[in-house]
Amino acid sequence: MEIVKPEHLQELLDTFANKDVYIHLETTNGAYAAHFKEGFFNAGAFIRNVVVKYELGKVAGESPHRVGLKLPSGWIYAQGITHYTVDEHDRLLMCGLDPDGKLAVALEISETPFTY
Amino acid sequence: MIKKERHVLVIFPHPDDEAFGVSGTISSYIEMGVPVTYACLTLGEMGRNLGNPPFANRETLPQIRKKELQNAAASMGLTDLRMMGLRDKTIEFEDDEKMIQLVTDLIEDTNPSLIISFYPGLSVHPDHDATARAVVRAVRRMPESERPTIYTIAFANNTAEVLGEPDILHNVEAVAQKKINTLNSHASQTVWMMRDMEKRLAEKDPEALKWLHNERFFTYKWDQDFE
Repeated sequence: MEIVKPEHLQELLDTFANKDVYIHLETTNGAYAAHFKEGFFNAGAFIRNVVVKYELGKVAGESPHRVGLKLPSGWIYAQGITHYTVDEHDRLLMCGLDPDGKLAVALEISETPFTY
Repeated sequence: MIKKERHVLVIFPHPDDEAFGVSGTISSYIEMGVPVTYACLTLGEMGRNLGNPPFANRETLPQIRKKELQNAAASMGLTDLRMMGLRDKTIEFEDDEKMIQLVTDLIEDTNPSLIISFYPGLSVHPDHDATARAVVRAVRRMPESERPTIYTIAFANNTAEVLGEPDILHNVEAVAQKKINTLNSHASQTVWMMRDMEKRLAEKDPEALKWLHNERFFTYKWDQDFE
């Protein structure tokens, strides 16, 4: 993965618009957050292989960026996106890595299902 | 002194769960000629360490960790590694009966005299606790006389309050190098920690040596069953 180039990421988001795509969306503080810091309120969310069709995808802001997808009757967005790549299966993988290299957020878009 | 066993079945949810506190014990059993089976439920797909700059992404991490797990098994001399195909962070959401059956099948297949896993409710990660619950429930269903012993790992902050001190202490100094090799096999998870740890070990830091040489377990006690 590389550091996001917003213009390039915008072009990639455009290529997935208006077609059925599989989404992976994840936010996390890690399962140990409340163990290492007692009282920490640990929250996160995870969806994988949900199919949507978005009409507009946008990258916004300076790094860490926000990425939003406008659906016919709803929204998906992720904030904190720092890195991206298009892998060998033509999937657009975006994530937010903290300075230690720990993933805090991921948003991935694919025309084919992600593995389990 | 490590007691001889007929067969040891190790059940953990993540590649590297075995490395920190059990790999010396596994290596010791194997050197004693005790067969060991390690069932690892997931490939740690949801691991957070990707590095910065990143060495992996969300979709490549499982294959990296699978390779690391296989290398770790080789470092311990372990030949019966079973990857069970579940997904990281989802164990507690699987059907409870399915999880019990998974453990029962492993027990029927390997006929262990000892199972090593986590302690239910005192193992911090939801996958650890869910794995532990399945292990205890599967063994509880067996006739008392046929039940394997269960050695558990517990490390929640309130462990001492609930369980006291571990009753099983294994000195694994004789296989310390294998344990270091196992820890290093899981580089995607351990490289930062091991950089510091190997320095401390080289300086013969007593705390670091104690950490490396001693593995501690709580024998699961049926008269203090968790449910």
